[in-house]
Amino acid sequence: MSRIQGYAKNAYPLANFLAPLRGARYTAQLMKLIRELTFPLIAILAAFLVGGILVALIGDDPIQTYALLIGSALSWPDGIGYTLFYATPLIFTGLAVAMGFRCGLLNIGAEGQLTVAAFATAWAGISFANSSAWMLIPLTCLVAIASGALWATIPGVLKARFGSHEVINTIMMNFIAVGVASALTQTYFKQQGDPILETLPIGDGAHIPRIGQIIPGIPARIPLNMAFVVAVLACALMYVFLWRTKWGYEIRATGANPNAAEYGGISVKKQIVLAMAVSGGLAGMVAINEVLGYRYRYYQGFSPQYGFTGIAVALLGRNHPAGVLVAALFFGALTRGGLFVDIFTEKVSKDLVLILQALVILFVAAEAVFRRRMGKTESQV
Amino acid sequence: MAEILSFSILYSTIRVATPLLLAALGGLLSERSGVINIALEGLMLAGAFTSAVVTHYAGNPWIGLLAGIGSGVFIAAIHAVACIQFDSNQVVTGTAINILMLGIPTLLSGALFETTGSTPQIPRANLIPNAPAVIAFALVPVIWYVLYRTPFGLRLRAAGENPEAADTAGVSVAAIRYTGVLLSGALAAIGGAYLSIGQSSLFTRNMTAGRGFIALAALIFGKWRPVQTMLACLLFGFAEAAAIQMQGVIPHVRVEYIQIIPYVLTMVVLAGFIGAARAPRALGRPYEKE
Repeated sequence: MSRIQGYAKNAYPLANFLAPLRGARYTAQLMKLIRELTFPLIAILAAFLVGGILVALIGDDPIQTYALLIGSALSWPDGIGYTLFYATPLIFTGLAVAMGFRCGLLNIGAEGQLTVAAFATAWAGISFANSSAWMLIPLTCLVAIASGALWATIPGVLKARFGSHEVINTIMMNFIAVGVASALTQTYFKQQGDPILETLPIGDGAHIPRIGQIIPGIPARIPLNMAFVVAVLACALMYVFLWRTKWGYEIRATGANPNAAEYGGISVKKQIVLAMAVSGGLAGMVAINEVLGYRYRYYQGFSPQYGFTGIAVALLGRNHPAGVLVAALFFGALTRGGLFVDIFTEKVSKDLVLILQALVILFVAAEAVFRRRMGKTESQV
Repeated sequence: MAEILSFSILYSTIRVATPLLLAALGGLLSERSGVINIALEGLMLAGAFTSAVVTHYAGNPWIGLLAGIGSGVFIAAIHAVACIQFDSNQVVTGTAINILMLGIPTLLSGALFETTGSTPQIPRANLIPNAPAVIAFALVPVIWYVLYRTPFGLRLRAAGENPEAADTAGVSVAAIRYTGVLLSGALAAIGGAYLSIGQSSLFTRNMTAGRGFIALAALIFGKWRPVQTMLACLLFGFAEAAAIQMQGVIPHVRVEYIQIIPYVLTMVVLAGFIGAARAPRALGRPYEKE
């Protein structure tokens, strides 16, 4: 405990400021929370600062742009509704990437896993279109999770069995996923004469309800659907899995120090495969939002890089389910606000959001920039 | 007829292979020095965009190419500083740069030309359709020579294989790695420029369309060696060229299945099925001077 306080004293002005309030264990936890929050917040501020300079350079007013960005994301009900809707897939991919990180793996294949899952989900929704909703919704959800998990298990097994790096394999499998899904779509599931590369619609029974149809006061035009509730539940489940089960413990032990884990009797190879499978299953759940809750079909290019944004979400959320939830909401708000910036500013386009995302990743990854200045070097992730 | 077909396949193989080869050779220099470079895609985009814009304004493709190289080096410098100076996770930083370069060209072209990501058409006389291909294939023996026959090449390989030993021998691992990463930015940018001011006559949003990743695949397929990497690029180029030519010829085989062959092959090679593919030993490991 003294180490934590001594550490905080040097590096964290806010923690130092709160030091007179220091009571007992409770304070140590508060210090820990502050420490966890400091760098993500600095990274966001730095990203907005650089982004603002860019906006000014191309000849718009940064303050006005940011006011528009944030204001349009927080308006009721549309702003909030759309922010939650855009956050939903990012919660899933953020959890997926965080799951990998916890086991020391970098799953940059969430994009491929969710592509395969979306196609497979649409396939199930079309093939069993005549089933009742009681059958079809659980079935399609299961297909989404299983197909994502399966796609991610392949690089997991290749790593465990042959030691081939999961980063390269997941990148390769992203491209294979798009190729296979689009070939199968064109061969078996495309409507004759449809100019867009998309499947037939799924059966009505597979549609999951919008929040607006359940809770009065939220207009049903907002596509926010039950997948958001599933996403929040997934955060809670992931916490329980990682910190309250033996499997989760073994995955974290492997991520923290594979040699020590192996020495302690944990099969590192098994953990790698398990972590990749769970990670892929989480990524696959994006299909619940996109296919079952929004578009009711698979079409090529439906994902604006959800899998890669998931890396930003996981890093910013410090690979913790609660952090992932907050970070996904933040990026969801940026996506919503970006659309308004696109329309209502003179020169800035919604690409500003992509740039902010990239800058957040850069600054979070290079947090030693800030650490060193504070006399502390400790590389994370 | 058959001869015309085969000649045109050869020609388009080289056309497809050129940008891959340039980016892959760049990646080779970075990765042999010990720094993972999955930012090749973003570096190519930087080169493609900048050279198209500068060629449009300057009316001279060579000035455009130089500016493109400059932008590639600049973006690579961000990667280098983050990875070498601040020990960032190299894959994460590379991913960030790829996302960044998806956004920046589109934002700038919107502001400069009021388009959604493309630059104005460049007149035919101001294009360089062949020079980058010549540069690419001429660089293969040059890089081979530098890598295996010069002190610099030895140091570069040492920084990637055994940085501690290189350091003990008086080599600045950081300086070598900076050189490797910055050179990768320059080469990948030429590859990108070939797309915008060589093959076509403008920049379009995300015009590399994953070529940076295929280049990475070729680099691994070629086991991080220059000549093998060139052969891998030609093979991948041939697969793509054949896929385009065969479109519709065989009714039941979709083009997509041919296009994914390079990715599948890379996974097979990486798993060690076609001889051992060994990455530089210190690849991805930051080096902290004792």
